[in-house]
This record gives sequence, C-alpha cells and structure tokens, in this order.
Amino acid sequence: MATLTPLRRKEAISAYLFIAPFLLWLIFLMGGPILAAFFLSFCEWDLIGQLHYVGFHNFNEMFGFAKLTSVHQIITQGPVTLTSITTNAGAVLTLPSPSVFQEPATLAVLQGGPSGVMIQNLATVHGFLGFLLKTFGFTLLPNDPRFWSAMYNTAYITFLSVPIGMVLSVVVALLMNQKLKGIEAYRAIYYLPSVLGSGVAMAVLWKWIFNADSGLLNYFLSMITGIPISECPKWLASEAWAKPALIIMGFWNVGSGMIIYLAGLQGIPQTHYEAAEIDGANLWQQFWNVTLPGLSPVIFFNLIISIVFSFQIFNQVYVITDGLGGPADSTLVMVLYIYQKAFKYYQYGYASALSLVLFAVIMVATWVQFKYSKWVHYEGELKK
Amino acid sequence: MSQPQNNFWDSKRRQERIFKIIFTVILVLGAVTMLAPLAWMLSTSLKTPTQVFASPPIWIPSPLQWSNYPTAWSVSGIFATDTWYFLWIKMRGITFSTYAWNTLVISVLGTLGTTLSSALVAFAFARLRFPGRDTLFLLCLATLMVPAQVTMIPSFILFKTLGWYDTFLPLIVPAWLGGGAYNIFLMRQFFMTIPYELDEAAKIDGCSNLGLFWNILLPLCKPALATVAIFSFVYNWNDFLNPLIYLDSNANKTLAIGLTNFVSLYGQDYHLLMAASLIISLPIILIFLAGQKHFIKGIVTTGLK
Repeated sequence: MATLTPLRRKEAISAYLFIAPFLLWLIFLMGGPILAAFFLSFCEWDLIGQLHYVGFHNFNEMFGFAKLTSVHQIITQGPVTLTSITTNAGAVLTLPSPSVFQEPATLAVLQGGPSGVMIQNLATVHGFLGFLLKTFGFTLLPNDPRFWSAMYNTAYITFLSVPIGMVLSVVVALLMNQKLKGIEAYRAIYYLPSVLGSGVAMAVLWKWIFNADSGLLNYFLSMITGIPISECPKWLASEAWAKPALIIMGFWNVGSGMIIYLAGLQGIPQTHYEAAEIDGANLWQQFWNVTLPGLSPVIFFNLIISIVFSFQIFNQVYVITDGLGGPADSTLVMVLYIYQKAFKYYQYGYASALSLVLFAVIMVATWVQFKYSKWVHYEGELKK
Repeated sequence: MSQPQNNFWDSKRRQERIFKIIFTVILVLGAVTMLAPLAWMLSTSLKTPTQVFASPPIWIPSPLQWSNYPTAWSVSGIFATDTWYFLWIKMRGITFSTYAWNTLVISVLGTLGTTLSSALVAFAFARLRFPGRDTLFLLCLATLMVPAQVTMIPSFILFKTLGWYDTFLPLIVPAWLGGGAYNIFLMRQFFMTIPYELDEAAKIDGCSNLGLFWNILLPLCKPALATVAIFSFVYNWNDFLNPLIYLDSNANKTLAIGLTNFVSLYGQDYHLLMAASLIISLPIILIFLAGQKHFIKGIVTTGLK
C-alpha cells in the first residue's frame, strides 16, 4: 500500500469514521457470528451448562444413517400384539417394545439400527425409504429423519414456487407494460399484497382462507368443480396438501417480481422490436427473440434472489402451524427446524450446524445457477 | 393501391383492439384475485361468529359489527393455560395498545437508525477515497448472500451475554450500525448519481466532509432516503423472527407476536382474528398508498445492476 499524503490520510481517517458503524456491524454481527457458528457447530451447548466440544457428532447426527435389512415378512389377520419374531431360519428376534397392529397387514421385519429390530407395515410405508424397502428389501434409518424432512420440504416449496412464481410475475409484468388506461392503479393493486405479504397478519388470513370447512378457497373450488366441500382437500390440515397450500399462498406475491420485470421490460429498446417486425416476426417470435433475451439478466438476478429467500421461509409457516411444522412435519422447513432446535430444545450447537448446512446448500444452488448462466444475454451497452 | 392498405390497417387495428380487451379482462380478473383476500379479511372482521361460518359465504354482513375491533384490541393476546396468570395479565392491562406501542417504538427507532447510518456509510463508499474501500464494499455486498439464520444464533448468544435479552436493544442497535448491506448499496448508488462538482465546490469553500454530507448531499437524497425509510419501517413492523427470539416478557412483545398468541388462543374466533390482522396491516397499507412510487423506485434502482 502506497504511503498516503497527509491530505489523503485525513480523508482516510474521516472515511473510516463514517463507515465505523458498518465496520462494527461487519465484525460483531456478521464476521464474528459466522466464525462462531462454525465453532459452535462442532460443540454442544445449551447456554446454561458447559460448552462441550463434540467434533463431528452433530454432522454425523444429521447425515448419518443405519441400514436395516428385511429378514422376514409376517402377514397378520387382525388385532395382534407382537413381542418377538421367529424367522424362517429359526432365529428368534425380540422386539424392544411390543408392537400392536389392529388391521390385517403385511409387515416387514427389519434387522439393524440402534434398537436391533424394527417392524414396518408395507402398506403404509411411503416415500423414498418405502421404495427402497419394497423394491430392494432394505431401508435406511436416518439418525435425524426430521432433518431430511426439513430439507425435502424446503426444496419442494422452493423448486415449485420459484419457477411458477417467476412465470406468473413475467406474465403479469407483460400485461402491466401495455399502454392501457389506469395501468398505474393496476400496478399498485398487484404490488400491494407483496408488501403486506411478509407480515404475520397475512398468514393468519391465509390460514382462514384455506380452512377446510369454511374457507373461501374450498367454497370457490366446490363452486367451480362441483366437488362438495367435504371432499375438497383439507389443505393446511392434511399432510399431502399443506405444502401445495403454502406454494399457492406464495403466488399472491407476484407483485414484487412484477415490478422488477416491468422495469426490465421498459429497458428493452423499442428499436429491437421494430427491427424484428420488419423482419416479419409475429408476436410470439418477438417475445421469444427480443423480449426474453432482453429480460434474461433481470430473470437471472431475480432467480438467484428468489431461491435464496425461498430457502429461508419462516414467518408464514410458523404462524400457520403454530411453530410445529405442519401435520406430521410436512411443512417443517429448515429455518423452522433450526429455530426449534435452538429455542425449543436448546441445542444451540446442533442448530448452528444446521444453519451452516443451509448456508452451504444456498451457496451451491447459487453457484450452479452461475455456472449454467450461458442463457443470459447481456446487451453491449452497460446501464448504470 | 388503397384497397389492400385499408384491409391491412383494419385487421391490425382490430387485432390490437381484441388484444386490449383480452388484456383488460385478464388484468381485471387478476386484480380481483389480488384484492379478494383483503376484502374477505375486512368482511370477516365485521361479522358475528355465526355469520363467519355461514355457507354460502356472506360477503357483506349486516349489520356491520364494528364492535369486533375494540374487542380484538382490548383482548390480551398473551395467555397461559393458567387462569391466574390470565387474570394477572388482564389486570396489568396489557393489550394490543402495549404491543402497538412497542412495535411503533422499535419501528421508528429502527427506521431512523437505518436511514441515517446507511446514508453515512454509503457517503464514504461513494465519495471518499480510502485504502480498502473497494474490498470493503465487495464484502458488504457479499454479506447479502449470507442467510440470516447463520448469524442468528451467535448473535443471540452475544446479545444474551450482554444482558440485552428481553429488551428492544437487539432489535434497534443493528439498525444503527449501517442498516444492512441492501440499504447501503441503495444509498451508494444514489449518491453516485450526484455530480462530483458539488463536492469539489464545497471543498474549495472549506467545507468539511461532515458538512458536505449533512448540508449538501443529504438534502439531495430525499427520494432515496424516503425509499430506505419506507422499506425499513415495513420490515421492522412486520418483523417476526427477531422479536420472537429476543422478547420474552409480555409487556415487551410486538404486534406480530401478539397476533400469533392471539391465534393460538382464539383460534376459532376468526372475526376477531381478522379484525386484529387488519389493525396490524393498516399502517402498512396506508404507508404503501402514500408512498407507492418510493417502493417501486427503490426496487428498480437496486434490481437492475
């Protein structure tokens, strides 16, 4: 670094004073905490007792699993209580606790894992692990199944709501770009919901609208499709429909994306459209060859930001599920899980580790988008 | 010659007109979809409990139950299942007024801090030369990528160690330390649109940096300041996770928390819930209606890099 003239030195000192608040923040509320989070994630601490260093235990808890192999199948005919199983080979396996089955079922007896023996009902086991069990005869028992639920739920919501939301925002922006009377009012109307959207009040409203019996949505649904309200999806009360409900709620926020795309649309030079028209392009071709490439930098930027934010969804989920994560963990998103682990179960070390994993996933997602960004078309002219 | 030209213009104009009609219809449908939930919220908030669950739904109840609003306001939202605790709270008079006041204090002080400090920091990045300026600014932008949850827990531990748990300080002080990378970036972009000649003229007249900042540049930044202030106020008003973590005693809680407690206790009284929700949303709606163009301009300025 070159030595500073006295004048420059005065300017530098003055400048450092100006940015002092930012430097304080950077050290104490950003850099410091990030390092602390790294350190914490290798520890176990509940803030009251001692801080224990536990090495990779937290990460093993998150990512580790036991493999259970199916050793026997039982077909039950009715109410039965099992305390031990005798396999075909004659081995006797004692169950850690008696298992009661009311209905007739086909049960798979699995060996392995922390308790040694486990029973799964082949009819009710679903998802990826169920597939493994039914097809290959083994299943994996994650050390922390809630972690995988959280990751799956967050990814599910993100990768459905972001693309669809973006398409909707672009379409709405295209509509808003027309020279129609009172278009300003429309823009305000479409943008208002996303301003309110982050608040808990809206989440409460949506909880009411998605109410299975008396909510507005099911009423409209039954009006349009003729399905009686009692047969409509139970939305937030059902495991299968809770996440779709959250995604649908998100569509109401198209306004914020719309504003950005609208600005982007207005930045595309009109001459490009005229040139395309002279070349005989119809409306669809104009859209595909002029509008989309012109919008691509904005789309790219918005895609990254949207994914980053969508991975951090919290407010609505907390309010709607009372902090629990939905029927049977079906809406347990990562941030909610982190919150629970930290402030309900006081496992601050594990929660820090979780937050770092979330950070890593976001980083990877962003990196992937940058890597495959050849489709983004940058104009020669740089706009300020 | 004129025959084919007439046909061409006719079909083109008709095509345009048809498109305009289709667009208007779609726009109107969309606008209705956007506003319907809000209308429904208002409608439910004015109903009696039986009207709330009526099917088919009533859109305009009669008579309008305006009394729901005072009821929602006065009912305390923080309960335990313990009746004595409930009575004690009731006697202490903690109502939505307390929450509203807390939320207002936090929002106003936070907004003030954000606006002021982001302008100060951005001024230095935009106008002053000092070693490490560009690196620090890049660092500033990089922090936008860090999810809040990574710093959430260590920050919580820090504030708890400082003894700031259950005070407003963790919610207000960070705002005064630069107000976040987004706001610094926005202000810096705006500062850079002001011609440097102004600075030079002021310096020739012997103006200090602070004087230059405060007396000359800041007044020129009013639109950007308004945008930062509005965004910051809305963020603080709607903030849920931070008050949830840092505020514990009922007298300190904010509207967002109060509403959640209200929900877990009065889960089925949707008329009251909707009234409360509307009360909480009202300031935001009003601010939005008054300052629309600041919202929009703010996003546009930072959205297009």
